[in-house]
Amino acid sequence: MNAAVPPHALEFDAIDVTFRSRDGQDHAYTAVAATTLHVAAGEFVSVVGPTGCGKSTLLNVAAGLLPATAGEVRVFGQRLQGINRRAGYMFQSDALMPWRSAIANVMVGLQYRRLPDAEARAQAQAWLDRVGLGGFGDRYPHQLSGGMRKRTALAQTLALDPDIILMDEPFSALDIQTRQLMENEVLALWAARRKAVLFITHDLDEAIAMSDRVVVLSAGPGTHPIGEFAIDLPRPRDVAEVRSQPRFVELHTQIWSVLRDEVLKGYAQQLGKAA
Amino acid sequence: MLRPNPNHLRAWQAAVLVVVLLAWQLFSRNQQTAFFIGEPIKVMGRIWSWFLPFGMEPNLLFPEGLPGRADIYQHLGVTLLETLLAFVIGTLLGLVFGLWLALAPTASAIFDPYVKALNAMPRVILAPIFAMWFGLGIWSKVALAVTLVFFIVFFNVYQGVREVSPTVLASARMLGANQKQLLRTVYLPSATSWVFSSLHTSVGLAFVGAVVGEYLGSARGVGYLILQAEGTFDVNTVFAGIVVLTACALALDALVGRVERHLMKWQPRQGDTAKL
Repeated sequence: MNAAVPPHALEFDAIDVTFRSRDGQDHAYTAVAATTLHVAAGEFVSVVGPTGCGKSTLLNVAAGLLPATAGEVRVFGQRLQGINRRAGYMFQSDALMPWRSAIANVMVGLQYRRLPDAEARAQAQAWLDRVGLGGFGDRYPHQLSGGMRKRTALAQTLALDPDIILMDEPFSALDIQTRQLMENEVLALWAARRKAVLFITHDLDEAIAMSDRVVVLSAGPGTHPIGEFAIDLPRPRDVAEVRSQPRFVELHTQIWSVLRDEVLKGYAQQLGKAA
Repeated sequence: MLRPNPNHLRAWQAAVLVVVLLAWQLFSRNQQTAFFIGEPIKVMGRIWSWFLPFGMEPNLLFPEGLPGRADIYQHLGVTLLETLLAFVIGTLLGLVFGLWLALAPTASAIFDPYVKALNAMPRVILAPIFAMWFGLGIWSKVALAVTLVFFIVFFNVYQGVREVSPTVLASARMLGANQKQLLRTVYLPSATSWVFSSLHTSVGLAFVGAVVGEYLGSARGVGYLILQAEGTFDVNTVFAGIVVLTACALALDALVGRVERHLMKWQPRQGDTAKL
């Protein structure tokens, strides 16, 4: 690697992930095969693919929660071993601790870093204010709406100021209005700090509206990238308005023509499995 | 036709009690029956003498009058002390062993059959052994009650740790928690929530263990009073003991309910989920 070129924030180098079932090797399932992908520092990359194709597997490998069977993940040029300390992860399902209030949930990562409680509380409050939940710090997760829980999770992730943000369909459970609101807020927060983002979604509109680059994955098993599209829409963008731009429609048509076959393939496989 | 008005629920509940007591009193007018079922008035008289320091002059209900001995407190104190000790010790042991076995799969696999066997064993039969080991003082009762409490807490903690949401766990690890921090901020809160949900059962069993232990051999405690009365065929005192124990159990249960509501305020309750 040339020393003058800064290393990518996140690099997948020929990653394979194979799950072995407990009853021996005959039922091994290769979720991800020969995947090479990179995210530059400050770049917003979306990964789209049919349902069940192993998008989340890829993200778990990037997070260090799941070791790759073969290949190497590099974080800012360093080989990843164990948990990815420079990444924050926003999960698809609820990941807040139900026994902690919103502010205590945002604080917890800072407490893990042994910040004094008073300082952690002040920082957590600032982040809650930033995501519009300043007055809800003392609520427990079950007292918050789905959108508010996502905001809290966002504050929890961003409070640690990670260099890489991994997002696994974070807004898929939200209604469309809340979702667009959250997407715009994430874009605004990202524009202010420019972290590398790897964003997993099955919603092509969302992917195009938010990203610098969209990567299309093939249907599983053996998922790998089959197309990459640079999104040259001007920023700042409004996720609702950008959809009516001719360039958006053009990109959508291009990417969808690649994605459609995979979606059909994935769907056929699921029907086959169910039958 | 008589149709209970739901607004007067308390009144109807009291009415049931009064009817039962009256029927009981009526049946016990026969001296032979009274020998077996006792007399509510005399039961109440006995409770009076146990709790109150002043007597009652002879009157219509108590032709012989009532002495005011106020002598139950030491016995009740002993029983409650045993309950408390058994509850605390059993809960701590259950918490420690539950966490350990849930987090160490190999140890769990090795001990699994023994844990199951110990839990299946009717533990009341351990009372004679505990009496031999710990004597007839409070510790043999505490030991018996601990064996009852321990397994309730143990299984709940075990379950609680096993059922920690994998997402919450992964999230805590991504936020940078090390093993110790995971234990403190994820496993322990999750396990304690299960312990609290079993609090009613474990406090009740601690009480049962203490009383049964006393009943099987002791020199103090409410169980001892019942045992003594039974030895002299004093059925009224036996019933009085039962009433006192029931009242204590209800009071303990109410106390636990209050503690639980205070500590578990993060858990959604019915009608509480949709606040926003």
